[in-house]
Amino acid sequence: MARTADGTRERKNERERATAFPVELDRLVHERIRLGILSALAATDQLSFNDLKRLLATTDGNLSVHARKLEEAGYIACTKSFEDRTPRTEYQLTSLGRHALSSYLDQMEQIIEMARR
Amino acid sequence: MSIDRPAVRRHAIEKPPPEIGAAEHLRYIRDMMERSGSFTAVPGYGAIAMGTTALAAALIAAQQSSESMWLAVWLGEAAVAFVIGIAALTRKSRRVGVSLHSGPARKYFLSLVPPFLAGALLTSALWQSNEVDLLPALWLLLYGAGTITGGAHSVKIIPIMGVLFMVIGTVALFAPAVWADALLAASFGGLHIVCGWIIARNHGG
Repeated sequence: MARTADGTRERKNERERATAFPVELDRLVHERIRLGILSALAATDQLSFNDLKRLLATTDGNLSVHARKLEEAGYIACTKSFEDRTPRTEYQLTSLGRHALSSYLDQMEQIIEMARR
Repeated sequence: MSIDRPAVRRHAIEKPPPEIGAAEHLRYIRDMMERSGSFTAVPGYGAIAMGTTALAAALIAAQQSSESMWLAVWLGEAAVAFVIGIAALTRKSRRVGVSLHSGPARKYFLSLVPPFLAGALLTSALWQSNEVDLLPALWLLLYGAGTITGGAHSVKIIPIMGVLFMVIGTVALFAPAVWADALLAASFGGLHIVCGWIIARNHGG
């Protein structure tokens, strides 16, 4: 029940954040944790689940929820393996994800440019 | 009974203008990229040049009859390699648009410098206590250690090169002193040239 309430609140917050901008934004990219995942992966070949968790200073649950959303959208690819019987999850940015981040960056620059005029 | 309460005045919470939000998002993206990224501006051609001067230094050092002259040749080579390294690094970082003040670059240098500094201090100490035979192993082991730690924040070939330096350093520790110049030529010369070529080929020069 609490999870449903949290989920609804989160979706409402995302909507509010996205509509605060004068251009139509990709809501999947605009959320802070997801934007952090895409940005971090854009600068390196791949990152493990633990690397991302440390970088974003978030919880296992929060990271896995957002990473799954990006994976479902095809923005990131996930590889699961075992290292000394310990499961290891690695994430990579796909070309679709790189394109989405690039478009988002263009939109942010466009907003700043609009304010300067 | 009525209670007098101070009047509560509700202030409207003003949203920041979109451009402030956009600038903050761009800062966040840059910060994430810097913190997760690796330092990719290591100069391949610079390493090849450093390797070439090390081969020349090994040839010259092998012909020296005194320990002081031998040491002078290798210290001279270290100074030349340092200048080449800094110049090549600056040039490549400008060309590929990577700041030497970025997070990955800072981590690279902070990991690289302490072992090098320790090497310089121990060189002086070993020279003063007449333990010159130990210098090649010391240089190779500490250079290797620095390259492994610095390489953890850089492209994959750098820590691999560091491991190879440490392997040759271990050999130098137990090998006869007459092998010193050959081992220094193979490592500071050969390894720099081979790894430099790999970096130049795969990481933009």
